[in-house]
Amino acid sequence: MSLRGKSHKFGDDVNTDYIISGRHKFKTLDMKELAKHVMEDLDPDFYNKVSKGDFIVAGRNFGCGSSREQAPLAIINADISVVLAKSFARIFYRNCINTGLPLVECNTDLIDAGDELDIDLQAGVVHNLTKNIDIPTTPLPAVMLKILSDGGLVEHFKKYGTFNFD
Amino acid sequence: MGKTIAEKILSLKSGQDARANDIVVADLDFIMGQDGTSPLAIQAFQEMEAKKVFDPAKIAMVIDHSAPSPLQGVSELHDQMRRFADQQGIFLYDIGEGVCHQLVPEQGHVVSGDLVIGADSHTCTYGAINAFSTGVGSTDLAAGLISGKLWFKVPETFKFVVNGTLPPGVYSKDLILHLIGDVTADGATYMAAEYVGPAIDALSVEARFTISNMAIEMGAKVGLMEADDKTRAWVEEHGKRPFAPVKADPDAVYAQVKEYDVSNLEPQVAKPHTVDNVSPITEVAGTPIQQGVIGTCTNGRIEDLRIAAAILKGRRIRPGVRLIVAPSSRQVMLQAIREGLLETFVESGAAVVTPGCGPCVGTHNGVPSDGENVISTANRNFKGRMGNNKAFIYLASPATVAASVLTGVITDPRDYIK
Repeated sequence: MSLRGKSHKFGDDVNTDYIISGRHKFKTLDMKELAKHVMEDLDPDFYNKVSKGDFIVAGRNFGCGSSREQAPLAIINADISVVLAKSFARIFYRNCINTGLPLVECNTDLIDAGDELDIDLQAGVVHNLTKNIDIPTTPLPAVMLKILSDGGLVEHFKKYGTFNFD
Repeated sequence: MGKTIAEKILSLKSGQDARANDIVVADLDFIMGQDGTSPLAIQAFQEMEAKKVFDPAKIAMVIDHSAPSPLQGVSELHDQMRRFADQQGIFLYDIGEGVCHQLVPEQGHVVSGDLVIGADSHTCTYGAINAFSTGVGSTDLAAGLISGKLWFKVPETFKFVVNGTLPPGVYSKDLILHLIGDVTADGATYMAAEYVGPAIDALSVEARFTISNMAIEMGAKVGLMEADDKTRAWVEEHGKRPFAPVKADPDAVYAQVKEYDVSNLEPQVAKPHTVDNVSPITEVAGTPIQQGVIGTCTNGRIEDLRIAAAILKGRRIRPGVRLIVAPSSRQVMLQAIREGLLETFVESGAAVVTPGCGPCVGTHNGVPSDGENVISTANRNFKGRMGNNKAFIYLASPATVAASVLTGVITDPRDYIK
């Protein structure tokens, strides 16, 4: 499956407080509502700038800080299809796979704000259409691919009732 | 080839010969969720079509982040937690009991050698008593509630050897801020941190919790320490189960080792808006502040309150400056009452609030206004963290916060230590 969209660029160390602030996330489980506040402390107008299927592109250590799963859920509900970064913080990385938000680890210096990208998740290929370059990516561990291919951890547990990586 | 503490605990709990970078599925000794994460975990539990938790005696939910509830929406989520806890027979710590990371060890739910997950990133706190404990999200928590297991990538280990003796007026908070400033916010990403050396050995167990609590701020999965006589005595006093501490082998393999000497360390301050933006106090002294916070899972323990009260005793907080004190648990609050510490805080002009997370996470109890500077004993100073993205948060020890609210500017606590 090939995903096409526009890049929204952020820097290093984007923490989960920035993705969705604590002043919103404790109030509700309505992720559509939370999505309106995604990234608002970094860019108050971010939600309105996103077109369906766009990408968040960031630097090192994306998703550091709090373990809040509202972070990937708010990103998904803001219609972002993939997050690309040089590296991801550990808890956020797991939360994304568990909730079904695909991540791509690659050299994001090769992507500028507004660049059009075409991403093939299965093949692990990012094509920067604006710059006409292919960007190599780091493959996901097998366990994570299994959970992602089952449709997230909820679907994995519905299928097996426990962890099953055989 | 020897093993690190992380490799040993994950080997024991998975029944496999676990080495760094292996993937294992391991048995959990305890599972914790708080009010920002449990409602989503309960939803995932239901979506996974589960009926019963694997073992109610090994699970707690804690209402601490927005407690007492400041909003009706929050009240509904708290009620979901109460109902779930009642149906499943798990532990529920309601408003006023305290911060989850104080309660889990204090109430004896975790002992040395355990494998623990918590749906809160500061679950790494219990590494101070030699437990492999780490933060997860709500769906991982739900999977743990159902199966009693979780998959782990066995982390490599970053060993921090801390030599020397902390000078008077310099505390474990200063030590860990110094380490984070040095290795940065992603210096130990996906690694286990092991903190060893004479400076760690000299600390009380309470002071060690502060260090392990902030392991996540360098990206680490856990912040482990070996168990010594002080650890054993602490765990025997609080713990409810027999325990077997785990030591690293002398020939364990480390991804990185760094040595420090803290004998000349000054009090440290993390400046806005990242935890690794750390300076010695002499570089930031004189910065005006409008609010101080003493408490949180980092520094709300009885020792922290004693240190702060000793500075505030017989003095008044500077007019125009606020101080909020949130004891980390009901037990800590009771002890502080018995010792007269709360009297000191209140007489000095502080506002003492419910045991719990206090204003740390921006839900209630002291949201700063635009342009204000806050000095806090918490573990995070991200923009917007305390509920206002136009405020500025400085992180420091309880002594530095106490000294600063007396003068209204960031102040070196050594001026107040006899």
